[in-house]
Amino acid sequence: MFSPAKFITAAGFFHNSAVHVALAIGGSAAVVSAIVGVFTVLRAQSFAGHALADISSAGGSAALLFGLPPLVGFLAMAMLAASGMEVVGSRQIRERDLVSGVVLGAGLGVTALFLYLDVSMTTASNAANMVMFGSMFTMAPETMIPALWVAVLALAMCVLLYRPLLLIAIDPDIAAIRGLNVRLIGLLYLLTLSIAVALSAMTIGAILSTALLIGPAATAIRWSRRPGSAMVIASVIAISATWGGIFLAYASFYWTPNHGWPVSFFIVAIIFLAYLASGRTTALARLRRAMAG
Amino acid sequence: MFSDFMINTWTVASLVAVTAGLVGFFTVIRGASFAAHTIPLSTFPGAAAAVLLGVNQVWGLIVAAGLSVIGINALSRRGQPDVATAMTLVMMLGLGTLCLSQIGQYSQQVYALLFGQVFGISRASITPVAVIDILAAGALLMLFRPLLLSSLSTDLLQTRYLTATRLDLAFLIILAMASAVALPVVGALLVFSLMVGPASAARNITSRPVIAMGVTVLISLLTVWTAIVLSYVTNWPVGFFVGGFGALAYGAGRGVMRIRRWKPSPIS
Repeated sequence: MFSPAKFITAAGFFHNSAVHVALAIGGSAAVVSAIVGVFTVLRAQSFAGHALADISSAGGSAALLFGLPPLVGFLAMAMLAASGMEVVGSRQIRERDLVSGVVLGAGLGVTALFLYLDVSMTTASNAANMVMFGSMFTMAPETMIPALWVAVLALAMCVLLYRPLLLIAIDPDIAAIRGLNVRLIGLLYLLTLSIAVALSAMTIGAILSTALLIGPAATAIRWSRRPGSAMVIASVIAISATWGGIFLAYASFYWTPNHGWPVSFFIVAIIFLAYLASGRTTALARLRRAMAG
Repeated sequence: MFSDFMINTWTVASLVAVTAGLVGFFTVIRGASFAAHTIPLSTFPGAAAAVLLGVNQVWGLIVAAGLSVIGINALSRRGQPDVATAMTLVMMLGLGTLCLSQIGQYSQQVYALLFGQVFGISRASITPVAVIDILAAGALLMLFRPLLLSSLSTDLLQTRYLTATRLDLAFLIILAMASAVALPVVGALLVFSLMVGPASAARNITSRPVIAMGVTVLISLLTVWTAIVLSYVTNWPVGFFVGGFGALAYGAGRGVMRIRRWKPSPIS
């Protein structure tokens, strides 16, 4: 019989150093993504967020090729792409999506090339898988401290940008009249988004990091109308999903012999279920209100 | 380069390019880039699941494309469309990693599905690709007027044809069909750049829809053909060239527009 409590103590879940690193970096990626994600959902920029994550994979694969730390690669490429989008960018949503799309296509082309070179020139034969779907349990312990610092930096940026960003999200014209530099704040926000995306690309993978960015935030916004409390709820959902996913992936080595289930799958599944459930609860609340009169 | 086994590649790639061009034209005027990126990517788990279950890859792709259309459509009813698209995307990709991890032989297949594998297309795969592409192109041409109209005014559309939501669904289904067949050739991540790049360039070259569509198909064919030649010569992945040309085409289109708008100031 499988018993979680016995499993944790017996199998040494908390004594495994790979698990320590995963819990720390995964947790910080979750919190940063959840908080930045609330802004992303409010600004309806899911596509830009996803595009940055996908493009950061070019940096991740280049880092493997040149032997740099993966965090540096993911971060540099995401920031480069964010600045590129802002330079070409436009205020019209359709045009903005198109620019994101074109930058995304070019970035992915570069990823394809680097991954090809990774596989043919280095020993990283599992490169495509690591970069696109994450390397939660194989992160080097040395990356833990820099990753935490980067996360702290992103959180500080969120605190600084909190009020101006909300105002811009509600009404950019009023924000401009009140003397805010809308473009500069937009750029700073995209750079913060790059940090969030780079952290989660490293843990749960470039093409799946959108789950941590959008899922918890969208769920939390349904539960709470106030942005501050939505951020707290989103962080709680993201952390529970990430740590729960790490635990389940660790446990899955005992379900199927020889190979475990991917940690990213569990994280995405938990986030998706929370999102679906939040629809239920708001529907229920509406029904109750209707019944009450 | 034109030996027997390459004939299949040229045929399938050209079919894919024509359909991607046609679909891409509407993708750009409807501002549906995110959906056009999501559907091919969410289709990729279908290929993995097909390997796992031992069925023909085409069926897996079609089922997954269908599921992602249903997902986007159902979730959009209850929330922001961009969030609905993102959630569908990540859930399908999550299932994809799960299927791949159970198959075992991992990275090479991930790579081929994400970034395309133009060489080694079998003769047997030409027929399904052709049939589905013709269906998709036919459906697009049938819906040509309503699709064009809906990008201008949804009110006018409703009085003359059908509701905007029905048309959205129809467009997503066409997009899904085109993606499912293009995916094994150019790869899940780059089907999208084949759709968006050429169309965004054509839009800036002419404002007449039929000509723009023709130009889109032409650029798309040129992109795929050049990419195959370069990939054959250098052995680099085809996706790299497709993605690069997409961005170049967009840049060139913007350049053309800037030149057209530039008028010499009248001499006083």
